[in-house]
Amino acid sequence: MNGVANGHLGRRKRADVFFRVLATVSAAVVLLSLVLILGTILWKSVPALSLSMLTHTPKGGFYLGKEGGILNAILGSLYLAIGATALAFLLSLPLALYLNLYKGRASKTAVWTRFFLDVLWGVPSIVYGAFGFVVMLALGLRASLLAGMLTVALLEFPIMCRAIDEVMRLVPLELKEASDSLGATRFETAFKVMVRQCAPGILTGVLLAFGRGIGDAASVLFTAGFTDRIPSSLADPAATLPLAIFFQLGTPFPEVQQRAYASAAVLTLIILLISLAGRAMSRKVNRHVVR
Amino acid sequence: MNGQTPISIRDLSVFYGDLQVLKNINLDIPAKKITVIIGPSGCGKTTLLKSLNRLLDTAEGVRVQGEVVLDGENIYAPRTEVTRIRKKMGLLSQKPQVLPMSIYENVAYGPKIHGLKSKKGLDRRVEHYLKVAGLWDEVKDRLREPASSLSVGQQQRLCLARGLAVEPEIILGDEPTSALDPQSSQNVERRLIELKQEYTVVVVTHILRQARRVADYLAFLYLGELVEHGPAAEVFANPQDPRTRAYLTGEIS
Repeated sequence: MNGVANGHLGRRKRADVFFRVLATVSAAVVLLSLVLILGTILWKSVPALSLSMLTHTPKGGFYLGKEGGILNAILGSLYLAIGATALAFLLSLPLALYLNLYKGRASKTAVWTRFFLDVLWGVPSIVYGAFGFVVMLALGLRASLLAGMLTVALLEFPIMCRAIDEVMRLVPLELKEASDSLGATRFETAFKVMVRQCAPGILTGVLLAFGRGIGDAASVLFTAGFTDRIPSSLADPAATLPLAIFFQLGTPFPEVQQRAYASAAVLTLIILLISLAGRAMSRKVNRHVVR
Repeated sequence: MNGQTPISIRDLSVFYGDLQVLKNINLDIPAKKITVIIGPSGCGKTTLLKSLNRLLDTAEGVRVQGEVVLDGENIYAPRTEVTRIRKKMGLLSQKPQVLPMSIYENVAYGPKIHGLKSKKGLDRRVEHYLKVAGLWDEVKDRLREPASSLSVGQQQRLCLARGLAVEPEIILGDEPTSALDPQSSQNVERRLIELKQEYTVVVVTHILRQARRVADYLAFLYLGELVEHGPAAEVFANPQDPRTRAYLTGEIS
């Protein structure tokens, strides 16, 4: 082997080693951040975690370190995110089907609609919050569960719709033709074939949007408000976990700050449980998917 | 031609944007025979086939001129109900495309959307057409399993059963054996030959040997133009157009 070939081989090997190290470091960073985030939250929340934290609403002086819990925020967040996700789904599924079945995938309408959705996706949630606030005032509403739901639904809509749309775009045209050629109407092809074929992807899109919705603080700050009570109607203001974390962390009392970490742990746990449930369901809806 | 022409193609031209892919096609498809459309890749065979049940409408920027007369009715007339036209034809595509549901539901899908509701009626329909497609014995114990669990050859026969279950008059095949192994291909070809007792069959293929095996009537398409058509035996034995002769001898492909 001569020197030139040797040097060349050495360079190629160095590039290979360099890339391997880089990839390993990236993987380690991902794993480490996850462990650190979860670890910090859990470790800091241990002193504050208790059953009464989960089953009671804040009593007088809760934010000064006296007794009470975050049930108001847990239920408020769940109501709000479930309602918002349902509303967003009512808009997302029809639009995704429309873009992929009723309009051609590459039609001008479809291309532009996708572009608008992508822009909406990128709009910061505080902007949704501000927009929701203006609309709320214009309609004469006050900060309420309903106003929060509508704002969060708007925030979730582009995420969910584009996630479903991306899955539907992968469906082969032949599948649509197979259904069409049997004399199916578009509606039948949409709901009996497309939705079934895309069920796992639709589920993923819904969960992704739910996670984004339940974790967002800025959009509900002005629209859902905050209260120590559990909302009993859509017109009541509603507390949410992200805002509970924000307010608790903002106090000067270490006991209350610990409660913020406990609230964060609860929020993380809810998202984790939803993801696990989604995974279990996904196995079921996957069964008939044609590959 | 027995005086019966279930499909009559008149002055049919198809454009994809500015590109004309079918040029003024005139062809009468004989009843209860296998009509085979041959021609090199890209000559417009599949387009011609898809124009027969208006599947072209779904594509972007496609323009169709002329008429396709089915049972005395121009299917491109503005008031024609597309779903009713399609119900009259079963389609076998190049790659078998099963629906995302069980084997049973794949066959029951068509009858169900067209209004058959009784469980008994559906059971009977599914069993009957799975038998006609020669698949019943292989699947009768696993009807509830996903259709995608079948082999490709089985899937194509399932698609045949699914198409027949809506009780069409015509079967369209778009290179229906091109994705199959030799044995499955033979199986599908045999089914088609059996089916011409009751159905009018139109098959597109680029496999000349297959055309010789199954064709009663032959149409040769070249660069979007219908060059020659007639009873298969005559065209094979004595092609009139030099282009047909060249294709049959393998000089152009």
